[in-house]
Amino acid sequence: MAVLTMNSNSIFSLTIAAFISLLMGCNEGNKLSLSERSIIYCSEGSPETFNPQLSTSGTTSDATAKQLYNSLIVYKGKNNTLGPSLAKSWHVTRDGKKITFYLRQDVSFHQTHYFTPTRLFNADDVLFSFNRILNKDHPFHHVSGNQYPFFQSVKFSELVEKVEKINDFTVRFILKRNDSSFLANLATDFAVILSAEYGQMLQDKRAEHEIDISPIGTGPFKLEDYRVGSLIRFYRHESYWQEKAKIEQLVYDISPSKTSRLTKLLAKECDVSSYPIAHAKIAERSDLQLESITSLNVGYFAFNTKKEPFNNKLVRQAISLAINKQALIETVYQGQAAWAKSILPETSWAYDKNTPELGYDPVRAKSLLEVAGYPQGFIMDIWAMPVQRPYNPNAVTMAKLIQADLKKIGVTVKIISYEWSTFLRRLSQGEHQSFLLGWTADHPDPDNFFTPILSCSASELGNNRTFWCNKEYDQLLEKALQTTNMDKRKGYYAKAMAIINEEMPLLPIAHSKRFQARGFDVEGDILSNFGGISFYNAAKNTINNEAKSIVQSKIAEEASN
Amino acid sequence: MLTFTLRRLSLFIFTMLVLTLLSFSLSFLFPGDTVINHSGQINASTTELAHLNQVYQMDKNIFHQYLAYLSHILNGDFGQSMASQSPISNEIRKLLPATIELSLVALLIAMLVGIPLGFIAAIKHNKTSDNVILSLAMLGYSIPVFWLGLLAILVFSIGLGWLPSAGQISLLFEIEFVTGIQFFDILLSDSPYKWQAFRDASAHMILPACVVALAPATIFIRLSRASMIEVLAASYIRAARAKGLSFQQIIFRHAIRNALIQIIRHVGLQFANLVTIAMVTEVIFSWPGIGRWLIDSIYQRDYTAIQSGLLVLSCFIFIVHILTDFIYAALNPLARGNKHGS
Repeated sequence: MAVLTMNSNSIFSLTIAAFISLLMGCNEGNKLSLSERSIIYCSEGSPETFNPQLSTSGTTSDATAKQLYNSLIVYKGKNNTLGPSLAKSWHVTRDGKKITFYLRQDVSFHQTHYFTPTRLFNADDVLFSFNRILNKDHPFHHVSGNQYPFFQSVKFSELVEKVEKINDFTVRFILKRNDSSFLANLATDFAVILSAEYGQMLQDKRAEHEIDISPIGTGPFKLEDYRVGSLIRFYRHESYWQEKAKIEQLVYDISPSKTSRLTKLLAKECDVSSYPIAHAKIAERSDLQLESITSLNVGYFAFNTKKEPFNNKLVRQAISLAINKQALIETVYQGQAAWAKSILPETSWAYDKNTPELGYDPVRAKSLLEVAGYPQGFIMDIWAMPVQRPYNPNAVTMAKLIQADLKKIGVTVKIISYEWSTFLRRLSQGEHQSFLLGWTADHPDPDNFFTPILSCSASELGNNRTFWCNKEYDQLLEKALQTTNMDKRKGYYAKAMAIINEEMPLLPIAHSKRFQARGFDVEGDILSNFGGISFYNAAKNTINNEAKSIVQSKIAEEASN
Repeated sequence: MLTFTLRRLSLFIFTMLVLTLLSFSLSFLFPGDTVINHSGQINASTTELAHLNQVYQMDKNIFHQYLAYLSHILNGDFGQSMASQSPISNEIRKLLPATIELSLVALLIAMLVGIPLGFIAAIKHNKTSDNVILSLAMLGYSIPVFWLGLLAILVFSIGLGWLPSAGQISLLFEIEFVTGIQFFDILLSDSPYKWQAFRDASAHMILPACVVALAPATIFIRLSRASMIEVLAASYIRAARAKGLSFQQIIFRHAIRNALIQIIRHVGLQFANLVTIAMVTEVIFSWPGIGRWLIDSIYQRDYTAIQSGLLVLSCFIFIVHILTDFIYAALNPLARGNKHGS
């Protein structure tokens, strides 16, 4: 009996040993393990929808735009110039009102368990995607709430008269007026191309709302599984029109809690984490790296140019000279923001490196005040916004620091703060002398910074609470919008920035940064220059990978011999 | 044995009746409309509401209402979750197995560690090793589980990076839901990454299971120590010793078997304790079990989920109690005479 048990025991252990060796054999073979071919991204929240046309929330476009879809054109390269994507080229007529796109003929849509495409991408898909936004009679216009916030904010339907199909691979946009930010808008994360064939299928099934829940696009990844509040699983799109993505599986681990994202990052449960906390801790780890990108926003300190004493340019300059920006960035943003030289972030293609800057010079500030007729200083109020925003995480603290700075040149500051909606209402009524506020751009076109914050029209009915109105500045902006020549536009915006820095209706303080942390084994750019993330270029760098490449190079050598 | 079974069964039925009565009355005690608390349909239209009132017999007296409620429960209809608007029975079906899995593994660890230690302590009664084991047990029993869980994450996940800190399995692996018990599902799945998944799931299991196991393990130490001391003092052990049996023979042939029988009775009791600890641990380790779901429901004031979750959990614990009673009775003939449930 005892012998028998011994025997079965040893057989059992033998089987286990065989299993284990089999297992190891599999791993050491040519196959990489699953985790080496996949990336887990700890994201900060669930997307509201899988169609970026419908939302301007960063979380939504992070999870959808660059992963699932392509747009007609994209921003490319260091200078963020426009480049081809689904449209291989485009042509703008001289009056700027007709824009013709020549489409690629080799683009296929996702094949998933809910849809199998039968044809390649063509002009119908472009018409379908844009008419959904433009045309109120489009069968999908009213699906998912009829809200296209980005397109509404840029007044897209007022600009575009119609979209025409010239032939299967040529599409023409006819505009009501010339607007050079139009192309920039088409290159944003929001102007994605959906599948008309999928739309037709859903219409036949009377399940129109599915189009924004189970997405079909042309992007490098396709949706496999989504569990609300828990995870999003993407598979690689195997017949992507460019080179395939390097990873086979992409998983968004939805972890709204900041500390749990940090724990998962440190415990290697996610490869990349959005908006990490404890930057110092991450930076000191040898297996993690921290990266950041300047966001498309600006926090500023602005004056009411209609009120005494700030109707005097010299006073505005004096106050600006007396503020120690470096201290503000270190204290309020904890060093995690870029110094703002002008209202336009330096990452924009239109930024001119030679833009003059006033700098910090309390002595000159004092003398300027004397010239302006205020040798004894004066009493002023600063309105500090009561809420936390990326461009200004703590306006009240900032106001206190400015208060201390201005005391040195004899100006006494009273800090005023109201509840947020009251604050905005009273600001629009012009009750303030100076205020701390900021601006987040909707799209990377430089016009989105210049016109809404400081133009004359914005001072009448928009966001320009400085009530500053400069005809020369407005003309420059108008000229910049009418030309499509990038160099000329850049020149106009450089002049506009110079006017702002001379006239000082506001003092730009900082552009906040977006942070991301990742393990050292993750390669490739993920954060893109203008908002959004893309995992198309991301890959895992592993020992196996290296071994494989060595083997491959050896084979290549032998072959060449 | 038949009377024993019948008695347990009637005990089960009456306890369940009291439990349903309690959960039924919760619908009246919670704020809001009773029928909405029953069904969880917070966005019901007027026609739906009328229908609900009819199926829950809200127009009749309270006894009929209770019967209607009871028939819903017996048909497996616990209503909808107020937060997610999906049927609670589905959610429980998905979540309860994860909790059972965690509790069973923890119970196994607690028994494998606690019982031998207790026996050693009893054999070395009043010696240094006994004192050391007893004080360790006291220490382990006094450590709050939420603190231990966080400490374990800090040391093993963040500091050493050995074990994962959250979830049941890495999100990379897609394991089809069959039984809900992760290990079985992995073995049943035809994924090419089966063994990678199995290893990953085991790594995810270690920390939470050990954290849950600590308190019951210390109890098992004390229980097995006490029962072993009692057995060793019994006259049949003295008789065996007088017969000239060796120490090993006495312990392994006689003492352990008899001591174990006493312990098995307490396993059922400990299971309730274990599930309570598991609920807190699930929150710390983001374990997708019913405890975390229940605590989330409390945060979201999801009354229907709270009341049905409590009902199902207590029913589950009660079934475990009865099962251990049966096992005990099967192993120990003396217990079958014990006619009254305990």
